Amino acid sequence: MATLIGGLAVSHVPAIGNAIANKRQGEDYWRPFFDGLGPARDWIQAQKPDVAVVLYNDHGLNFFLDKMPTFAVGAAESYANADEGWGLPVLQPFKGDPAFSWRLIEALFAADFDLTTCQEMRVDHGFCIPLSLFWPDGPPPVATVPISFNTVQHPIPSAKRCHHLGETLGRAIEADPSDKRVVVIATGGLSHQLEGERAGFMNPEFDRLCLDKLVSDPKALTSYTGRELVGLAGSQGTEVLMWIAMSATMTHGRKLVHQNYHIPISNTAAAVLAIENA
Amino acid sequence: MSDAGTLAVEIFDGERATKGYALNKLCYSFNEDANRKAFVADEDAYCERFNLTHGQRAAVKNRDVLGMLAEGGNVYYLAKLGGILGLSVQDLGALQTGMSVPDFKAKLQAYAER
Repeated sequence: MATLIGGLAVSHVPAIGNAIANKRQGEDYWRPFFDGLGPARDWIQAQKPDVAVVLYNDHGLNFFLDKMPTFAVGAAESYANADEGWGLPVLQPFKGDPAFSWRLIEALFAADFDLTTCQEMRVDHGFCIPLSLFWPDGPPPVATVPISFNTVQHPIPSAKRCHHLGETLGRAIEADPSDKRVVVIATGGLSHQLEGERAGFMNPEFDRLCLDKLVSDPKALTSYTGRELVGLAGSQGTEVLMWIAMSATMTHGRKLVHQNYHIPISNTAAAVLAIENA
Repeated sequence: MSDAGTLAVEIFDGERATKGYALNKLCYSFNEDANRKAFVADEDAYCERFNLTHGQRAAVKNRDVLGMLAEGGNVYYLAKLGGILGLSVQDLGALQTGMSVPDFKAKLQAYAER
């Protein structure tokens, strides 16, 4: 049977990609963020996972408003990164594992999740930057399964639904007949808002509540509606939905490995979280 | 929690997605370098192809970010236009809040003290 090792979560601000491309990790502005990743990176590299299931949101690379799936799962041999229009270097394609993807898809459908399945899926900074952070020395040594959540257009999935998806995904991973070692990676957040008169809004109090509950009791975060999350975390802070889903995948328990919280990275309250499924 | 007026812009729902479709589609096209170059070379002609409303065209012409939002623009797509114009999200934040860029950055930094 496959093993769910644990979960990671980290912000995916495009500026982080620029900092990596321009080797600015050691500058005063960036050091608290990059240094704060170290223990999470060391932990996952030591765990040697075979597969990373990446819960992220597409920001207008693969999906536009013409077709906006709530949950879209990749089932491809590889996933191409591409130009998003603002100068981030385009990374090499990421390896997939379509057979494993389809087994997860079967298990999620059996639990009544009506997913969109994708045999071609371009992956944007929301997918790529976290993998570059955890495996900075080159292409990540894992196969990937991208799962894109709609956090762009309301109605977005509820926190309760994302939690349930995570629970189901975790059970599906641990029931998989392979001997793969799997990590679930959530990307995005925490609180931030780019647009409108509230541009620049962050909410450290709410973020710290989330970071606490993501380890101790993620179900406590499932009562928020999409609109309430916008109010509390900012309109892009709804990306915390992926963190909730990641936390809910844990089948045994949540042992905190590492967390770091740093304001600001660009307009965002940036964080990293690593938890072991134990 | 925001007041209803602010939330009206922040909740990008079906009504806003409908209103902003042409503008967002224009911005989505900027994933392609050739389209970015075509926009820069002849902005009027490029916008013409996307059937922007008068309000959307005026907001783009005037680089009026709040106007683009009011016309249904979504920030994930508008950011691609921001890239062409050389505007970072701090520049966009300053434009939307009426602050200088240093003041906007100081506002972001101030959250670290809380």
